[in-house]
Amino acid sequence: MASKSRSSASKAVSKDNSSLKTGAEIIVDTLIKLGVDTMFGYPGGVVLPLFDKLYDAPINFIIPRHEQGGCHMADAYARASGKVGVVLATSGPGACNLVTGLATANMDSIPLVAMTGQVRTELIGNDAFQEADTTGVTRPVTKYNCIVKDVKDLARLIKEAFHIASTGRPGPVLIDLPVDVQVNKASTDGPDKIELPGYRIRTKGHARQISMAAEAINNSRQPVLYVGGGVIIANASDELRALAQKANLPVTTTLLGLGSYDQSRPESLDMLGMHGTAYANFAVQECDLLIAVGARFDDRVTGKLDSFAPNAKIIHIDIDPSSISKNVHVDIPVVGDAKEILAEMIKEVKPQPRKKWFSKIAEWKKKFPLRYDKNSSQVKPQYVIDELWRQTKGRAIITTGVGQNQMWAAQFYHFSMPRQFISSGGLGTMGFGLPAAIGAQIAKPDMTVIDIDGDHSFNMTLTEIPTAVEHNLPIKVCILNNGYMGMVRQWQELFYGRRYSKSYLANPDYATVACALGAVGKTCDKKADVPKVIKAMLAEKRPCVVDFRIEREENVWPMVAAGKSLDEMDGLDILERLI
Amino acid sequence: MKHIISALVENKPGVLAQVAGMFAARAFNIDSLVVGRTEDPKLSRMTIVVIGDDRVVEQVRKQLAKVVPVVKVQDFVGEPVVARDLMLISIVAPPEKRPEILSLIEMFKGKVVDLGLKLVMVEVSGPEAKIEAFINACKPYGIKSVARTGTIAMPRTAKTEP
Repeated sequence: MASKSRSSASKAVSKDNSSLKTGAEIIVDTLIKLGVDTMFGYPGGVVLPLFDKLYDAPINFIIPRHEQGGCHMADAYARASGKVGVVLATSGPGACNLVTGLATANMDSIPLVAMTGQVRTELIGNDAFQEADTTGVTRPVTKYNCIVKDVKDLARLIKEAFHIASTGRPGPVLIDLPVDVQVNKASTDGPDKIELPGYRIRTKGHARQISMAAEAINNSRQPVLYVGGGVIIANASDELRALAQKANLPVTTTLLGLGSYDQSRPESLDMLGMHGTAYANFAVQECDLLIAVGARFDDRVTGKLDSFAPNAKIIHIDIDPSSISKNVHVDIPVVGDAKEILAEMIKEVKPQPRKKWFSKIAEWKKKFPLRYDKNSSQVKPQYVIDELWRQTKGRAIITTGVGQNQMWAAQFYHFSMPRQFISSGGLGTMGFGLPAAIGAQIAKPDMTVIDIDGDHSFNMTLTEIPTAVEHNLPIKVCILNNGYMGMVRQWQELFYGRRYSKSYLANPDYATVACALGAVGKTCDKKADVPKVIKAMLAEKRPCVVDFRIEREENVWPMVAAGKSLDEMDGLDILERLI
Repeated sequence: MKHIISALVENKPGVLAQVAGMFAARAFNIDSLVVGRTEDPKLSRMTIVVIGDDRVVEQVRKQLAKVVPVVKVQDFVGEPVVARDLMLISIVAPPEKRPEILSLIEMFKGKVVDLGLKLVMVEVSGPEAKIEAFINACKPYGIKSVARTGTIAMPRTAKTEP
């Protein structure tokens, strides 16, 4: 009798257990339900339960050689695909290595979900092995983060993380997962509806504000559209084009806005700001109406704030209310989703010729185009990019490092499609280019992906070459190798009396390094070889690294020195002398 | 200018750190910050006193609202509000001085909450100015220590009940 009742009791328990799932199972099931098919991450002690579930999960899992690389890959995967990037790391050092990647994504509003292992809940705070206060460390560089203390909350918190990361002004969200939570069992799949009382996103613009903005456009003689990465995030390029073409508006973009507007169009002013075109900067300074869309008046864009667009009324369309009037006073704010708002505005704007304004812009364009010395006997970095653009017909995805290489890429590869230019804008993270190329190539396997990099940027993350080799990714890395931290050297030349303090490092032979790591390596030190080397590189099916030995002290022009107004550009005389 | 900002926040771990971290990261100065429960167990109220010009405080308000678990933010500047601080103050009070000190306490509607051989502990609440005035009035006797809560505030009913 006694034994019978015991067996029936144990039966009941096992029946109960079968409907329960471990935390690790809940995580993987929830990710799959949310449509995740690609993840980046690195294993470690306290994420072993989760990695065990990933062993046979239908998820393409890419292991970087360093967690920072993994985070940048997930970031670029998100930028190229528009989906949420997912990265996984262990506790302590693994989590800390994500910080630069999270900050990069946070500054550029990239949807990312990072999951980190954590020591057992009862050990938290005891300085356990590989313990770090991950939510504490990452709080300032994420849109939101949390630690899961109870497996019953797990599914809900993962769903909330994806929702927060991908809506409104997107950003990285981190979930810290103690190892016992991955092992403990629960039966819940989480709620179907997400309820976050403190998180409400306004997507529809205020009708009266939209009308006021449209009226201001209709009354403007010298308007300029100033477009940031928000337009790409909002997938609003079509609406942007329709608005600009209907109302006849010249368009300039920020670094992150490149690709939102076809730069081959006559009304495109290309990029503005510190290394923007003279015609964009002059147009902004002389406009009577500046229409900012998904941009945030960053200091690299505005130059000296007091004298930025001095005669302009300012319209600011942004989904983040805290962006409005943060740096520059805004006359007509419109809070909401750029796609919806632009679609509404198109209905209310009227076609206008603005002949005088466009002829003034045409004069600036004629007088101050972006130029470089085509007669130089050396390999000019701009020539390399020019040639890349020609041979790829402007259709490649370009990732970059940070510094001169990034600015030349922005200036000389003419972008025409959103999500085509992938670069660390806000944080300016050197070493972003290579892992970003890997993430972008995984998102877009059929496209040509080129990392236009600097030698020192490349040095920071070249450890990811084997990742590209392992996954047989045909990425191309073009190192614009001048043997300097080029932008640092440029500033030292201009502002520190040519004292090139610590801006030089001994570089390896990159072609040899690439070969040793399993990629194709090439060197190009002759101008005449550039076209054929690029041709051969583009034909490669394996990862290919080309070391372009460029003119060592080439500068990026024009340049608005820090603290100067946008129209006080250095280097215009140098550009004018070049024909 | 001094602004009293009231934020309703979700009552869950980490919220205080998120709010305090945001203030530090954006270089906003906090004059005082008080957190306490509300009538709804799921919500806490943070009352934050910030000094800054309108532009700065506008940013504070927007950045606070952006913190995910922050549900609602109000800036009480220019509105009729009841604002109160609570203070515990320990005053040097030898027997011969006690009658004057007690009458001072009376004037400020304070309450003696502890009495020792040399010290008297007093509880005083009221607007910040009254608290400051009481501290000043006590200075001649000698102040051993002070513990203050910082300001909590609520708008007057005329505004919320039309």
